[in-house]
Amino acid sequence: MLECAGQLTGGYFADPGYKDVPGLARLGFPIGEVSAEGVGTFSKVAGSGGELSIRTCTEQLLYEIFDPATYVQPDVTADFSGVTFVETSGGIRMDGASGRARPERLKVSIGYRDGFIGEGQISYAGPGAMARGRLALDIIRERLLIRKLPVDELRLELIGVDAVNFTDDLSGEVREVRARVAARARDRNTAIAVGAEVEALYTNGPAGGGGAWASSREVVAIASSYIGRDAVETTLVWAEA
Amino acid sequence: MTSLRALAHVRTGDKGDTCQISVIAYSAADYPAIREHLTPERVGAHFAGLVQGGIHRFEMPQLGALIFVLEHALRSGVTRSLSLDAHGKCLGSTLLGIEIPGCTPNKR
Repeated sequence: MLECAGQLTGGYFADPGYKDVPGLARLGFPIGEVSAEGVGTFSKVAGSGGELSIRTCTEQLLYEIFDPATYVQPDVTADFSGVTFVETSGGIRMDGASGRARPERLKVSIGYRDGFIGEGQISYAGPGAMARGRLALDIIRERLLIRKLPVDELRLELIGVDAVNFTDDLSGEVREVRARVAARARDRNTAIAVGAEVEALYTNGPAGGGGAWASSREVVAIASSYIGRDAVETTLVWAEA
Repeated sequence: MTSLRALAHVRTGDKGDTCQISVIAYSAADYPAIREHLTPERVGAHFAGLVQGGIHRFEMPQLGALIFVLEHALRSGVTRSLSLDAHGKCLGSTLLGIEIPGCTPNKR
């Protein structure tokens, strides 16, 4: 409940007209008190901003939970399926959580070098902005083929249209779009070249392209696996500066 | 017919390549209709082309909440996805446009 701090007290929650939250600029972080019987009470400093309510607590309880009866953690297999919340004078009271034996296996997160991502963006505005943005992406697609750049994965999209929303109707004109190109490559030079192609749209692409920007970065990805609890030896190293 | 936005709020999270979306009714009275109409099939149709794996739903009736688990939905997850929204945190909000029959609006 406390892991994401402000997410319990009105952060990651406000939706004007539906879920109005006061004072987000001075959001109060939560205080959790747990009784010996396993009942939690959540509060925040009086006068701080945000909202601490049954609805914010419900969102945070379920955050990133799959099966609420089986939430596997290193120390316990938690069961949240019977949790209830009650508003009290001391805060929001949470009861009904229980658990079973801790798992025999522990999760392992393995970091590995995963190549490079090159990216570029450029904006178009006014009538026909979306059509010019699409044309820009078509040009990039063809340029990468002409240059035979060794790209493993390519993403071409219009921010404001289909970059993070994959479900809505695409018809209708928009005031502005931002064309975005992102590509995965095994070497840094290819990643840099992808962004440079987008910057070249300033002078070689559709009319009125502005605010071009490019970047490249190395990716350290994470793969998840499991290891037997018995195979893990814990040691503590205390380092002083 | 009422849009889900008037009846429920959502929160989106992720674990690896799995997207998780909670849908929580503002009023307990609306939970049965949301539960009836917001099926895994309906959510799968909404995210057609995005979710490459299974879609599972868990129910928390005492909280008026449904949990949706969308497997292989995040283009391999936050550490390596090319997506602008690599966590997929924007996805849950798009559910709020879905129409739910049999409810009257503004019971918040």
